[in-house]
Amino acid sequence: MNGVHDMGGMHGMGPIGHDPDEPIFHHEWEGRVWAMFRATGAYGRGVWKNFRFELEQLPPAEYLRMPYYEKWFTVLVNRLERSRFITEAELASGKVDTSLPRPQAPPPPPPVPGAIPGASRLDLKVRARYRTGQSIRGRNIHPEGHTRLPRYVRGKRGVITRDHGVWALQDTDAAGGPVGHPQHVYTVRFAARELWGTQAAARDSVYVDLWEDHLERG
Amino acid sequence: MANERSDETNELDRRRFISGAVTGAAGFMAGGQAPIHSHAEEHQTVPADVALRVRALESLLIEKGMVKGEQLDEIVQTYQDTIGPRNGARVVAKAWTDTAYRQRLLTDATAAIAELGYAGAQGEHMVALEQTPAVHNLVVCTLCSCYPWPTLGLPPAWYKSAGYRSRAVIDPRGVLREFGVTVPDDVELRVWDSTAELRYLVIPQRPGGTDGLSEAALAELVTRDSMIGVGILPAVAPRGGQA
Repeated sequence: MNGVHDMGGMHGMGPIGHDPDEPIFHHEWEGRVWAMFRATGAYGRGVWKNFRFELEQLPPAEYLRMPYYEKWFTVLVNRLERSRFITEAELASGKVDTSLPRPQAPPPPPPVPGAIPGASRLDLKVRARYRTGQSIRGRNIHPEGHTRLPRYVRGKRGVITRDHGVWALQDTDAAGGPVGHPQHVYTVRFAARELWGTQAAARDSVYVDLWEDHLERG
Repeated sequence: MANERSDETNELDRRRFISGAVTGAAGFMAGGQAPIHSHAEEHQTVPADVALRVRALESLLIEKGMVKGEQLDEIVQTYQDTIGPRNGARVVAKAWTDTAYRQRLLTDATAAIAELGYAGAQGEHMVALEQTPAVHNLVVCTLCSCYPWPTLGLPPAWYKSAGYRSRAVIDPRGVLREFGVTVPDDVELRVWDSTAELRYLVIPQRPGGTDGLSEAALAELVTRDSMIGVGILPAVAPRGGQA
């Protein structure tokens, strides 16, 4: 989706706020959010599917306002409420509604052919449409769902520098499950001047990892 | 962290507040806007009740048997104390001192990093990028916050800031200047946008004046920033020890 999360190349987005000795969590609650997120994952198996898309669907003003872990907290609460593990009333009162059923984690899904435990890359043979060294172009597409094709490379010409093998497409408009649309992922080199014109340094470049569905010959 | 002290004070107030809420006073969510003291977003505000709501959620999840408090403590502790940039620093130091390891790291970073025991979530598919006198690498995730957890830990707030995410690709030299790093015009700058599932670890150049230092001593010199590409490592002043 063409949302505020797709920030590459935007201006006026505020200071970077670099701190070389930054703590991992700035407040205790941030660590608790992180831990709850990790610890409840099993309850959402097969249901809570695309965290990134859920983040991107936060209202833009909220997305920009919220500190990082508040976004995570918001998505976590949305998920827990959607799955009826908690209610807004329970969260508001801090008291468990004992008339509700006790949450149960769904059983682990059956293994998916081609999936490698503990990895995202797939063990599937899929013919590569492009080869290293080939010129390509980022497609000029504007999916309304989640996509890993940033706006700043759409319509831009690049060169494939590395083939990373076969992966499930993460774009939600096209996705069909955990090994939906398996295809090659490549690192593509875009010259900085192709992306940004002559204000960029002539020898600089941006490397972007893209799925075949994001590319076309060019 | 200029406002650490006042945060702690707020935290105490919140604790009293929530213990009151738990004993019966409903509606502790009510509350206006208060500034949050996260320096990366200091011009922004957050509802005062976030910490309270997080606490309320935790107590709900515990009471419902979905999580255990100790389990959460352990996760926080792991990511606060165990998984962090010291891991990546050991990888870098080994690459500096062991040519064969450096080669393995550049060829198959995931396997080479696993040799040192670092693997797992967000480190499943690693790529090592080597800084050289001719090439400077810089890593960003413009779309979100992708970062190699097993070697660098969780990303710092600045890495996730809108400012860094937006500008690293269009004005990397300007961003680097803000970090105090000037990349000479004749050095090629490569920005790596982690848009897929690959995660990047930058291998900084070994600083001058470190001949003869042990791998462990070298690891001490490696900063988190240098492994993202926003920092370079200064030469070490001679200390009169053995060369």
